[in-house]
Amino acid sequence: MFKIKRFVGGVHPDDLKRYTEHKEIENAPLPDKVIIPMRQHIGAPCTPIVQKGDVVKKGQVIAKSDAYVSGNIHASISGTVVDFGEYSHPVFGRCPSLVIENDGKDEWADGLPFDRDWVGLDNNELLNIIRDAGIVGMGGATFPTHVKLSPPDDKKIDTFILNAAECEPYLTADHRLMLEHMDCIVTGVKIAMKILGVENAYIGIEDNKLDAINSMSEAFNGTNVKVVSIPTKYPQGAEKVLIKRLLGREVPSGQLPMDVGVVVQNVGTIVAITNAVTKGIPLIERVVTVSGRSVKEPKNLMLRVGSSFKFAIDCCGGLVKSPEKIIMGGPMMGIAQSSMDVPIVKGVSGILCLSKQDVHPGKESTCIHCTRCVQGCPMGLNPSMLSKLGQNNLYQEAKEEFNLFDCVECGSCVFICPAHRNIVQYIRYMKAMNAAEANKNKGDSK
Amino acid sequence: MNSGIELKENILTVSSSPHIHGEESVTQIMWNVTLALTPAALFAVYYFGLPALSTMLISILSAMGFEFIVQKIRSKPITISDGSAFLTGLLMAMCLPPNVPIYLPIVGSFFAIVVAKHSMGGLGYNIFNPAHIGRAALMVSWPVAMTAWSQVTTKVDTVTSATPLNILKQQGYGKLVETYGGSSELYKALFWGTRNGSLGETSTILLILGGIYLIYKFYIKWQVPVLMIGTTGLLTWIFGPSGFFTGDPLFHMMSGGLILGAFFMATDMVTIPITRRGQMIFAVGAGALTAIIRLKGGYPEGVCYSILLMNSITPLIDRLFPPVKFGSGRKA
Repeated sequence: MFKIKRFVGGVHPDDLKRYTEHKEIENAPLPDKVIIPMRQHIGAPCTPIVQKGDVVKKGQVIAKSDAYVSGNIHASISGTVVDFGEYSHPVFGRCPSLVIENDGKDEWADGLPFDRDWVGLDNNELLNIIRDAGIVGMGGATFPTHVKLSPPDDKKIDTFILNAAECEPYLTADHRLMLEHMDCIVTGVKIAMKILGVENAYIGIEDNKLDAINSMSEAFNGTNVKVVSIPTKYPQGAEKVLIKRLLGREVPSGQLPMDVGVVVQNVGTIVAITNAVTKGIPLIERVVTVSGRSVKEPKNLMLRVGSSFKFAIDCCGGLVKSPEKIIMGGPMMGIAQSSMDVPIVKGVSGILCLSKQDVHPGKESTCIHCTRCVQGCPMGLNPSMLSKLGQNNLYQEAKEEFNLFDCVECGSCVFICPAHRNIVQYIRYMKAMNAAEANKNKGDSK
Repeated sequence: MNSGIELKENILTVSSSPHIHGEESVTQIMWNVTLALTPAALFAVYYFGLPALSTMLISILSAMGFEFIVQKIRSKPITISDGSAFLTGLLMAMCLPPNVPIYLPIVGSFFAIVVAKHSMGGLGYNIFNPAHIGRAALMVSWPVAMTAWSQVTTKVDTVTSATPLNILKQQGYGKLVETYGGSSELYKALFWGTRNGSLGETSTILLILGGIYLIYKFYIKWQVPVLMIGTTGLLTWIFGPSGFFTGDPLFHMMSGGLILGAFFMATDMVTIPITRRGQMIFAVGAGALTAIIRLKGGYPEGVCYSILLMNSITPLIDRLFPPVKFGSGRKA
């Protein structure tokens, strides 16, 4: 019997997945136009290789970068490039973007899709396919997948983990993928294991998704892949926490999962890898959970990259009451948007329209030292102290004595704080101040 | 396709994550702690009569009044409805003798609210437990009034106006047992609360019930009262009146303000260390100091001073015993 390891900290928000967990992924209609930002990943931004007026087809590369840490960008619909300029971006505020007007034909680029037998391919070929397909981490971090799958030679990888925890409330995109695209996941895990050269793999699924646990266990029966049901607790989908939970290994502060011999990939990413490797389909669409009390009919939608948030919300019947917040991603770590006219990028796992009731706003007051944040912190920090240091601008002390940079900004501390303190905001502020200072010092020494 | 309402511009809130929030607030915590104290407070009114009620009311009202005045003077938002001043007033009254002159709780509330709490910056910033500061100030200012206990009749019709710990200090253990008509009668009196003492500290069972409610609500860690009471019991047992291991731990654990202090005062969120390890050290320290004051000190009782002394090193404990960082290789 597999034994789940204990992890310290974490909180238990209501998972609120009931709105969409039983709804099949629905193919959204095609938008009239898409806005495709040049930055949809961590690393170098892409530069366009098409011009205004060019006719492009679905799946055609429209922007790329020579840098290794980057991800190609493809046209998500067929049509005409009508503009290249600054447009809103859900993460970066504004970003250079290509605008494509839909011609309604939805034509694939030449030769796409096709069947490919991947078993005979070697690792370099596989990694190149993944790189060319523009695949990035689809859980939200958007780190280029080909980089993550090719760790340096001195790091010995022995285990692959498929992160199917989906611990953020509301989100059910990965859950539905596991139920509806089981074959893709089985193939994708095999591809990832082949590239990494590992014998062992784990799939960690939270126990609020019993149907997914059952179907995955069946699909992986008789293989080296262990499907593990883990008790639901936020933030279990954080890489470091999941590794600890499944393997008992702790990634040392400032290091990466590969330093303990592990590579973690998210469910959406694995499905994208399978599509790219077996059919040649690049990353041009993804599953997005549209949910929250302010949206008429919450759904799991398959949406083209570059569709606007407004378009996605309209596909779900529009808004029923004024939302307090519209969020890209999950409610714990997602990014609040100032408008609905932002495009869906590769890292958008959810669009949440939260009413006042969902948000449960409160007024910040002083810390009463109740210790909940310390108990809830998965990283073993003292959020109470960090928030006070942030309030008093003591960011250097926070970095040197209170492990500021170990914070993963999971939001557990703020969630349980009875004084409604914006601890994560103070921490982000202090991280930014330290980074600014480091930059300045670098400038001085030149 | 769009049948929903239009989004008006500029009405979306944009703020840092997380975007959802647990439901408990500071105000709820304060009133729930008050609720946990209620059974013992009601028992005080039943057992000591109306003087206990008036002492509690004066203490609570003056605490809230002082908080209001201070916040008015400092032009700060008025927060008397958050329950923290109410709780401080009630807790302080529960450590006073039932029949004190009415100016005592007023002066005590002044020290608790104005000196101990607001001069440090208000809720969350005080170093010392405000209720205990109030009591300590009264103890040094009016030692006679603060030790004028009620007349209590024991099971064997002995009328006494001394607390069990007073009798122990001045007349010895034999006399104490005799006053209460045997040790089992003594334990019963301590357990149910039919004995002399500060108005809210007598009923062990009701205070423990309130404490269990706090543990159930995750407001306090069970280790704190258990370790504090246990340490006092262990030390008073080892260093007994007639040689090692001749003490009466059961008596010491249930007498004086130890139960009240261990469940409601030592666990005060603001003035206790922030990690579990730190809190456990705090509890053992407070329990040991209580035993030392009771056995070797000039006072019969030491819970108030031991908690205040430990409060003073809370920042030091926080420094020396930080939370165990993830990835440091140590066990949390």
